[in-house]
Amino acid sequence: MNWTELSILLLKAVAMIGVVMTLAGYSVVLERKVAAWVQGRPGPNRTAPPLLGNIPVVGRLLTRMGLFQLPADGLKFLFKEEPVPGHVKKFYYVLAPVMSFVPAIVIMTVMPFGQFIDSTGQVATLILTDLDIGILFILAVSSLGVYGIILAGWSANSKYPFLGGVRASAQMISYELAMGLSILPVFLWVGGTLSLTSVVEAQAGLQWWILPQWTIIYQPVSALIFLVALFAETNRLPFDMPESETDLVAGFNTEYGAFKFGLFFTGEYAHILLGSAVFVLLFLGGWTLPGLPVLAGVFGAVISVLIFLAKVLFMVFLFMWVRWTLPRFRYDQVMTLGWKRLLPLAVANLIFYTVIIAVIEQF
Amino acid sequence: MLNWLFIIFATMVIVPALLVATNRNPVNAAMNMIVSFVGLAAMFVLLETYLLAILQVLVYAGAIVVLFLFIIMLIDAEHAPRPKVLTYAASLVALAILSFGVIGLVNRSMEQGGFADISVDAPAASAYAFGVELFTRHILPFQIAGFMLLIAMIGVIVICRRELDATGTEETRS
Repeated sequence: MNWTELSILLLKAVAMIGVVMTLAGYSVVLERKVAAWVQGRPGPNRTAPPLLGNIPVVGRLLTRMGLFQLPADGLKFLFKEEPVPGHVKKFYYVLAPVMSFVPAIVIMTVMPFGQFIDSTGQVATLILTDLDIGILFILAVSSLGVYGIILAGWSANSKYPFLGGVRASAQMISYELAMGLSILPVFLWVGGTLSLTSVVEAQAGLQWWILPQWTIIYQPVSALIFLVALFAETNRLPFDMPESETDLVAGFNTEYGAFKFGLFFTGEYAHILLGSAVFVLLFLGGWTLPGLPVLAGVFGAVISVLIFLAKVLFMVFLFMWVRWTLPRFRYDQVMTLGWKRLLPLAVANLIFYTVIIAVIEQF
Repeated sequence: MLNWLFIIFATMVIVPALLVATNRNPVNAAMNMIVSFVGLAAMFVLLETYLLAILQVLVYAGAIVVLFLFIIMLIDAEHAPRPKVLTYAASLVALAILSFGVIGLVNRSMEQGGFADISVDAPAASAYAFGVELFTRHILPFQIAGFMLLIAMIGVIVICRRELDATGTEETRS
């Protein structure tokens, strides 16, 4: 590998991080806007930089949409004083935000987001590394994200963060099982490959000119279990036990401020984005639309990426919609749901589809 | 290149492993264990057995050490008492025996012409090959391992089962 290739790879990686992180940042604004919409109030609509906000129509529109809120918040996180409380365990206190943020970035390497077909008909997936066991890689790396939360809770050396950390570890372990079991039938269904690209390609067609081949139509239960587990794994309401602010102040990140808190915050939204992306790839047909083949050339590739992004953003919207609609579970209810409802359901679901697929293959 | 990577990752496995055994603070020990497991996964990648590498991270670093940390936090094991002199002595004896064993093993295989080259074409290279091997040639060990886990699980359930006393309230068995 020479230097040109290496720098091109690096450029691609940096571009990917740039796009996903910007999206994650704007998800925060979106969250506030959705919350405002659900609760019948305008949401952030004042922040405007001096010159840009004074452009006659456009500036006012952008201000009303709250688009300048993100730079303002981001800069605030960066330039605030960064106090470190005296009673924390320093090394782990600094390590924890990094550990909760890094897995999100690593997952991006195996996340396909579109398709490029050149003039000779050669198909290439738009992805940084096309691993043939991509989904296992995603599960493995995202399971490391919990250490950030546990360590944050433990290193803060005070009661509420500690409770948050303990809850996080129990919750993550419980829901990882159901999550892993719920996606097995999907891979059996598409023909026993673990590559995300082939899962998407298997969902491209249109059966009898009317029925999309999306997995969610054939396996609604798998999709439901995966979605619920995804909510739990990303610590979103109604499962945000680790930072339930009604009883734990702010949970595991109580003792954090400034940029370290910012890392937790953007890390959470990056996880939501990537989790939504995995859901779209597995259950909603990825970058394909039923019955419409991906067009050749750069234009078709851009369209496929836009379709994918639209689906992902819809899932992100769903995350926020649920958050501002449902109340929070009690901790014991979260555990009961995970172990006594979701896990048996996931096992039954797996056995059911194994039998069904075996029967289909016989005929 | 490969050699350098091997040295880096081997250090990443061995040094934290040593720290796991010697560190006084259980949380430090658990964190070192994660580093060691991730290093081991990297070694699997060097051997081109990607599936094993990912399973190593998924199962050990991602799930088992989380449980360790959970239990360390729950029982507040940070203030563990210093072990007795007898424990130190016993550990030293065990270490000596193990070292002699390893040296003997290395010597014997050197006499027989050195270590065999590790086959790069490992059967666990792909998930499919791994599954076929597991469910055909190694089905008996697989079943036995599963059975042992089942026994352990039943044991845990029996130990921490709660019984209802006469008044109908739950009471842990003593």
